[in-house]
Amino acid sequence: MTTTPVVKFSELKQEQLSEFLHDRIQVPEDLQANVMVTTLDKVYNWSRKSSMWPLLFGLACCAIEMIATAASRYDLARFGMEVMRPSPRQSDLMIVSGTVTKKMVPAIVRIYNQMAEPRYVLSMGACATGGGPFKEGYTVVSGIDKYIPVDVYVPGCPPTPEALIYGLLKLHEKVERQSITTVPWYRKGASEAIPVPVLGPDIFDPRKVQIIKEQTLGSAGAAKGGAAGKARLQPQPIPEDVKARIHAAQAKYRAQKQPA
Amino acid sequence: MTEATMVATAPAVDSSLPYNDAVPGAVVGEWATDTDKALFVAPDKLLALLTHLRDKEQYDLLSSVTCVDYSAYKGKARAGIPERFDVVYHLYSTKKGGGPVRLHVRVPDDETVPSATSVYPGANLQEREVYDLFGIKFEGHPNLRRVLTWEGFHGHPLRKDWKEAYYEEEAKPFKSRHPTGGYHWHEDKLPWGDNNTYPAGWDPDSWQEPVTYVPVSQAPHHGFGELDTQSIVINLGPHHPSTHGVFRMLTRMEGETILALEPEMGYLHRNHEKIGERNTWLMNMPFTDRLDYINSMSNNLGYALAVEKLLNIEVPERAQYIRVIMAELTRIINHTWSIGFILNDLGALQTPALYAIEEREMILDLFEEVSGARLMCNYMRFGGVVRDLTPGWEERAKYLVHDRLPRALDQLDELLSGNEIVKARGRGVGYLPAEDLIALSVSGPMIRAAGIPYDIRKVEPYCIYDRFDFDIPTLPESDIYARYYIRLLEARESVKILQQALRDIPKKGEVLGGKGGYTFRPVEGEAYARVEAPKGELGYFVVSDNKANPYRYHVRSPSFINLNALGPMSVGYKVADAVVILGAIDIVLGEVDR
Repeated sequence: MTTTPVVKFSELKQEQLSEFLHDRIQVPEDLQANVMVTTLDKVYNWSRKSSMWPLLFGLACCAIEMIATAASRYDLARFGMEVMRPSPRQSDLMIVSGTVTKKMVPAIVRIYNQMAEPRYVLSMGACATGGGPFKEGYTVVSGIDKYIPVDVYVPGCPPTPEALIYGLLKLHEKVERQSITTVPWYRKGASEAIPVPVLGPDIFDPRKVQIIKEQTLGSAGAAKGGAAGKARLQPQPIPEDVKARIHAAQAKYRAQKQPA
Repeated sequence: MTEATMVATAPAVDSSLPYNDAVPGAVVGEWATDTDKALFVAPDKLLALLTHLRDKEQYDLLSSVTCVDYSAYKGKARAGIPERFDVVYHLYSTKKGGGPVRLHVRVPDDETVPSATSVYPGANLQEREVYDLFGIKFEGHPNLRRVLTWEGFHGHPLRKDWKEAYYEEEAKPFKSRHPTGGYHWHEDKLPWGDNNTYPAGWDPDSWQEPVTYVPVSQAPHHGFGELDTQSIVINLGPHHPSTHGVFRMLTRMEGETILALEPEMGYLHRNHEKIGERNTWLMNMPFTDRLDYINSMSNNLGYALAVEKLLNIEVPERAQYIRVIMAELTRIINHTWSIGFILNDLGALQTPALYAIEEREMILDLFEEVSGARLMCNYMRFGGVVRDLTPGWEERAKYLVHDRLPRALDQLDELLSGNEIVKARGRGVGYLPAEDLIALSVSGPMIRAAGIPYDIRKVEPYCIYDRFDFDIPTLPESDIYARYYIRLLEARESVKILQQALRDIPKKGEVLGGKGGYTFRPVEGEAYARVEAPKGELGYFVVSDNKANPYRYHVRSPSFINLNALGPMSVGYKVADAVVILGAIDIVLGEVDR
């Protein structure tokens, strides 16, 4: 019987995760009490993960468990996370705690766009992850990841505070693995804002306008009333002209935001 | 004119029907089903009858306004009635107590109903909800806008012929999932991979969001003397730390003084009622947990009572006690939580709340022990509770209710009630007289803090509440401080009930009566059951057509209807007070938007 050693991802990244680099960089003996050698990434990530401020943002039931996590028994302050900021400008982490409805999604996307980078999103509970028990509802979004990128998903309905803390620790691990040389927020150019969905007859993502038009204005739409047809239609990539229009809108938006 | 033609033009008034002697021709029939009785009312006489009931018969509380779309009704009772919709009114009396008067107004498609807001201003939000979800227009309503969905939304979702994007079948369990467990991804059927539908011929490029008239935009202008100040509209929410969730207050302000305030909701509309019609009766139980997610046990209880009325089940003795114990424990959770968050809104950020919810964890441990979940207990069943108490549970509960909870409540009282800031911010703020509160259909601690001893546990006892010795505390002031303090007093009464219940509970016995089982078909008819939930009157209106699924499932939620009073209570106070006034109503958005 052959045994293959289980190589964890963290073990592969051992080099980056090792506490001190004493083996490689020699610290003179008389300085060892005062000098510590480590990587810049390590210090940078340690400081970011140790004071990650969540956005004070409760959507539904999960928010109650989020409050319980911050309260006495579970004491989120142990992880430097008890300072919940109501302003997206001051917060690093958005905990999407609860059911995301179509009426609320434009506000959530705006809040996400307003958060300063580095920013993380934790999807708490079944509803925020995939719609949960309310998925079939007509005003419920099947998961916040349809609109904004999510870093950690915590299952549960609602997740217990222990589960949330486990998810937050996973997020800490993710932060620890990032490197200052590759993180997106130090790259050239401004990061792109996510287009805010619009409330029409039903909610629509500006990125999907072309697909919707084909369905509602095309022959398929006229015949089937725009509702679910029998043919299994697959999601299609965004056409180039739509992409160009989105980029133009974003450029216009950025031009407006430029200080005079 | 001959006698025969006269009868044809003006049908004879049936004087055997109630109220026809006072308002001739108002009641045109009686719907006698196997369960509760209902009166059919002529739409043109509705307002006269409501006025009569309010002024002469003391039915001063219009508890619930809802609607049923009978277009797919299969039962026998409805045969021969061509009208599609019934608008259903439940009236109660805060003076006499007792059961409701239930009125049905039959409406054909595309007809209007006179709005009850001129008689009962509390019909405001509920009529807007009926308009939003059923498309029935109320004539004379001051502000008939959509309330749970948004302006411009296509269709009226609770009509039986309106299908959502993820529609599979009329009723669960769906054939695709049962019994083989195969599952269709309904996202795959739609090209955009989402649960959205758009009407044919709609062009997203030319879409303009409709401009809606919101009453605050035309608030009265108050200049201070010669200084001509300009009032501004300020929008709090839907993401705002003061709004207890996703809720929006549109305020018109002059300086810091509120001239008008309009609540905007629907940011957590999760389609409980549409999903509830597809579910089987039992499947709705876990959904009720998620209405008022701070007290799932009370929600379970209300729904169980409503369906038990249809099923006619006897609940075993031990289960009755367990139900009362659970409901009162949630009341303590809710009231301490709400006290903590009133203080939060007053600016004492976090510290009082941490004290207030400390005992909550102890109670949640007890819940977790019996039900397996901290928050969403899903513990009650039709005919009892799902499983018996675990060994030693009663002793732990006794320790809590005799030792810890009274001390915790005394501690809160000691720390907060005499506090100078709480008094200064609370006394005389958010005042609304008791008559106005009742006219606005407000219930729960809010009206007891206005001096009305109206508690459903006393006026229309359910379960076994008539066996316990407890008081209904009232305070006359009807301000923030009274609303804070009444919750403390009520939590103490709950402790009293708990002590008695834990003393008297039978040591052994059945906990689940009836036949049990996952599927059953209740008799045809409708039932409305209400419980005194911690936030007010929580009612469930269910209509059965003898199928395994409810034909209609409506929740009369206290948080939603108590919001009627938010605008009138806040006018004239500062914006910082409005935050506390909202906090003292104690809303939970899961229940407001459902």
